[in-house]
Amino acid sequence: MNVNPSLKFDLIADLRELFAFPFMVHALEAGTIVAVFAAAVGWYMVLRRQSFAGHTLSLMAFPGATGGALIGLPVSLGYYLACGAAAIAMGQTTRTSTRGFGSETATIGTVQTVGLAAGYLFLSLNSAILSGTETLLFGTFLGVTQGQVVTLLIIAVVALALLAFGARPLLFSTVDRELARASGIPVGTLDVLFLLLLALAVAATSQITGVLLVFAVLVAPPAAAQQLTSRPLAGLLLGIAFALLVVWLGLAAAYFSPWPVGFFTTTFAFAVYVIARLIGSRR
Amino acid sequence: MFAHAFVRNAYLAGTFIALASGVVGWFVVARAQLFAGDALSHVAFVGAIAAAVVGVDERVGLFAVTLAVAAGLAALSGRGRQDDAAIGTVFAWILGIGVLLIALLATSEGGGAGVTTTNALFGSIYSLSTGASWLAAAIALAVTIAVTAMTRPLLLTTIDAEQAAARGVPVRLLGLGILLALAAVTAEGTQAVGALLILGLLSAPAGAAHRLTANPYAGVAISSLIAVAATWGGLALSYEISSLPPSSAIIGLAAAAFAIASVLARTRR
Repeated sequence: MNVNPSLKFDLIADLRELFAFPFMVHALEAGTIVAVFAAAVGWYMVLRRQSFAGHTLSLMAFPGATGGALIGLPVSLGYYLACGAAAIAMGQTTRTSTRGFGSETATIGTVQTVGLAAGYLFLSLNSAILSGTETLLFGTFLGVTQGQVVTLLIIAVVALALLAFGARPLLFSTVDRELARASGIPVGTLDVLFLLLLALAVAATSQITGVLLVFAVLVAPPAAAQQLTSRPLAGLLLGIAFALLVVWLGLAAAYFSPWPVGFFTTTFAFAVYVIARLIGSRR
Repeated sequence: MFAHAFVRNAYLAGTFIALASGVVGWFVVARAQLFAGDALSHVAFVGAIAAAVVGVDERVGLFAVTLAVAAGLAALSGRGRQDDAAIGTVFAWILGIGVLLIALLATSEGGGAGVTTTNALFGSIYSLSTGASWLAAAIALAVTIAVTAMTRPLLLTTIDAEQAAARGVPVRLLGLGILLALAAVTAEGTQAVGALLILGLLSAPAGAAHRLTANPYAGVAISSLIAVAATWGGLALSYEISSLPPSSAIIGLAAAAFAIASVLARTRR
């Protein structure tokens, strides 16, 4: 077994090497779960034009992790708690404000910075975890454990089941809000529930990709899929396929190179999006 | 407190950066372009890291990268509504490049990457030199004056872009102008409150002003007033409480103003 990994341009040997270490197997498992989960939820997020809210939720992992470390909670529990709280805070305002003059984005922006400012405060109160800031922000695939993979799988299966259950009314309320409301769909409640689901997806993803790079799987693959097809099911599946491609290629490239995984996933995601846009604009 | 030079510098730079953020923020919130501000603030962080890798002054990197991306966003959007998926994808990629730069920075020098990263992300207003704070104040004042001078045509394009275009207002040019102003404020603010927190100075005071009044002129005034007050209060608070970072204190006060304004607006209705 090779300690210094290098590409031999022999597909079988390279693949075998990729699966030789347990940490790499765990990383690929976690990446696969995250890609399917995030791309499915992300498809709705892009359609609902809630990327700003999604990005805000992803940053909430930062106060979640630093706050959790401060009071002695497990870091991942801190992620989920902070993301959930932010989802509820943003959901309240979107439900009550009746199309205010740009006030909705101001709320999202404020929620985001308050979370970050709190995270920075927690960090300065507890300087012990300062060394982990970059890992927190940009992720690492080296430390994924078997337990994390199982937890991720359980969360993803439950959340995707919920999404499948609510898929039709959610799509209806996204495409035509007024008509959905008139036909008895609880649009406001769905808004909050979707934000909570998004929070779950983001918290799960950020443990692998890091807080700042969640968008590589959450936005780019579904956005690329929506450039190519407007049919819901085809778009969802295509988005998931793109996300899997991005994550697998990114992990493999990072394994064979000294450069960080975040660089590769975002670059592949950007490439997929640009290609899809070019094809989409030609038709 | 003002006997210390670093406190005077912080107040000088902080006041004018807050003023510019309040004014620009009002328009950005009115035009629902806050996500572009969010993207630019992350891009600013990459600019700071890139400057550290290349070895030039941090401000060169900040302004070069944010202004370039702002121009790119303006070109992408044209006159239509900005595509937030496109913004999200572009800035995710730029952040990915930032990650690579951090990795390069960490291996090229002995350490230093951690401090540079943390300062760029969360600001270090108390470490500004006298020259740097005068320059920051001058640039922020210039942005404020430029945006104030554009107020009337900007308002027209914000409220009804079609009609403004019909009346001969250069809609695209103004769209580019406000994005460039936003980029300049972001690059400025990165030095003071940090790349991740400048969004708070753009969104919270402006959000509060929009809830309190529909009058644009009063709105811009209230927005900049809240931003400046939050900065002064935050700096004083963090001076008194040493474990409280100045950026967190400033954002906390601005957010409190937004929360109070929301409650006031709701009770008045």
